[in-house]
Amino acid sequence: MTISLKIVVCIKQVPATTAAKRYTADMRLDRAAAEAVINPLDEYAIEQALRLQESGAVESVGYVSMGPDQAGEALRRALAMGGDDATLVTDPALAGADAWATARVLAAALDKLAPDVALMGMASDDARGSLVPGAVAALRGVPLLSYGSELRIEGAAARVRRLTADGFDIVEAPMPVVASVTDQVGEPRYASLKGIMAAKRKPMETWSLADIGLSADDLHGAALTRVVEARKPEAKPPTERVEGVGADEAVTRIADWLAARKLI
Amino acid sequence: MVRELADERIAPRAAEIDATAEFPWDLKELLAKQDLIGIAFPARFGGTELDNIGQAIVAEEIARADATTSLIVIVQKLGALPIMVAGSEEQQARYFPRLASGEWMAAFGLTEASAGSDVAGIRMRATRDGDDYLLSGSKRFITHGSIANLVTVFAMTEPAAGRKGLSAFIVETDTPGFSAPRVEHKMGIRGSPTAELHFDEVRVPAANRIGEEGEGFAIAMSTLDRSRLSIAAQAVGIAQGATDFAVSYAAQREQFGERVADMEGIQFMLADMASGIEAARQLTYAAAAAVDADAPDLAYWTSSAKLIAGDMAMRVTTDAVQVLGGYGYVTEYPVERMMRDAKITQLYEGTQQVQRLIVARQLLRRAGVSRPSR
Repeated sequence: MTISLKIVVCIKQVPATTAAKRYTADMRLDRAAAEAVINPLDEYAIEQALRLQESGAVESVGYVSMGPDQAGEALRRALAMGGDDATLVTDPALAGADAWATARVLAAALDKLAPDVALMGMASDDARGSLVPGAVAALRGVPLLSYGSELRIEGAAARVRRLTADGFDIVEAPMPVVASVTDQVGEPRYASLKGIMAAKRKPMETWSLADIGLSADDLHGAALTRVVEARKPEAKPPTERVEGVGADEAVTRIADWLAARKLI
Repeated sequence: MVRELADERIAPRAAEIDATAEFPWDLKELLAKQDLIGIAFPARFGGTELDNIGQAIVAEEIARADATTSLIVIVQKLGALPIMVAGSEEQQARYFPRLASGEWMAAFGLTEASAGSDVAGIRMRATRDGDDYLLSGSKRFITHGSIANLVTVFAMTEPAAGRKGLSAFIVETDTPGFSAPRVEHKMGIRGSPTAELHFDEVRVPAANRIGEEGEGFAIAMSTLDRSRLSIAAQAVGIAQGATDFAVSYAAQREQFGERVADMEGIQFMLADMASGIEAARQLTYAAAAAVDADAPDLAYWTSSAKLIAGDMAMRVTTDAVQVLGGYGYVTEYPVERMMRDAKITQLYEGTQQVQRLIVARQLLRRAGVSRPSR
């Protein structure tokens, strides 16, 4: 039997971790205002997929992303790291999509791409909901192998190693599956110069909602949830210092401070 | 990609490379793996064949983090340039794949203890012996000379003929009689070994002569006219690295109750630094375009670019130290290293004074009043 397995890595383009973030009037992140990168946790999924391809365990690696046109840049960057092809799902009706809408769209796109493993990072760096892998698996009716520190292919099954508090679990399911991996899989590679040049010639398709058999109505305005407020964490009160006093006095003050907070 | 690599993998190594003066073999491997060591080599020999503007950007971005590491890319090209400009297809096919992949390192052997820019003063001899030449003499100040697998060497085949008696050769450094007995102790680019090379009747097949006998001078000049561009780009990168650091430092440092960055005296310095860099960068790109176009006056452009960029880098890095005050003078911060590294860009591949001579000669040639050749 010839093995010709396919992994599709789901990628999200997010604002760079260090970029200043602004919100629009309707409480959406102003994505045009911040430098955009591949979600750093997705890079581990890419690395895992490419290692499986290099070892011969899978034949092809593709990418899919839902996002505005500029998310195509993230796909191009992923293609520069390796892999074969990419698909961008973009549609004006998807603006402001929440985790549920994202999962519906990705599930529909994956139905069409039909990979043996749909691989994702464990969370996105901007929303950090960690909901999409589970939701996509549920919508597609396939097993979920979540939080893998390693993904392997064992015959007709996919297997993840998942760290637990006192060791690790090995979880296996017959393909097709949805899997998510953590930052334990190994450091993502840098794109090489030849990789960047080759990426320009790799196929990238753009699909609208209609192309994956969905309509704007299916998505109920792209979101079931609504962000009502976003604010920065409150600054910590300044550190209190006990300085310039004798040791006895210092001990008394610190003890009083701890006692006042019922810590001693 | 290059900037990411420089920020994440090269910059954190720079202080250690400078302190230990050890060649960063790990970064050489990294640059090879990312296809950056072969940017100047033809694609048909495994290179990435970037145009000269692309090469300048790569050199600048690496030099922004560490000047020593940028030389890995720059010297790989310098050592191979004589073969690029005058080598045969057979020579290129024989050596370029190994150089483009980084399996082999190259060096350029022109300078001698008593012959720097005065190429006609070269004493090294190449004597014909059947199908071979025997090379004898010494070279000095050869960047990467002690770690290179291949050195392009310039030697007199007809000493009485002066510069017209100079010829170029490809020497594999595992040939008996070749040795690199000593490396210099330097002020800057300390991780990059600058070697003295000895040749004791080193046997080189005639198939490794680049061009014809007597073409050595023209090959050397043609090489330097193009390679100088890399030094301009390196200078721009060093200056940019120092300025980036000075800006972030000034934004954090408080004196007299305000940020140093809000003081006009500091702002004027930072503005002069940034605009100086930008001017040198644009001139470097213009020179790169001239080399890409193989313009007849490309030496005018590359010498101007190296002159302006080298002097700018020295001034800007000195000012960066000034912005940091006393902290700029100590090794805890990177700007003093950048200031030491910047100095070499005013010296190698022709001093700034030699660049002025080249620019002036080009000017006189354009005006049709050049001095008759001697």
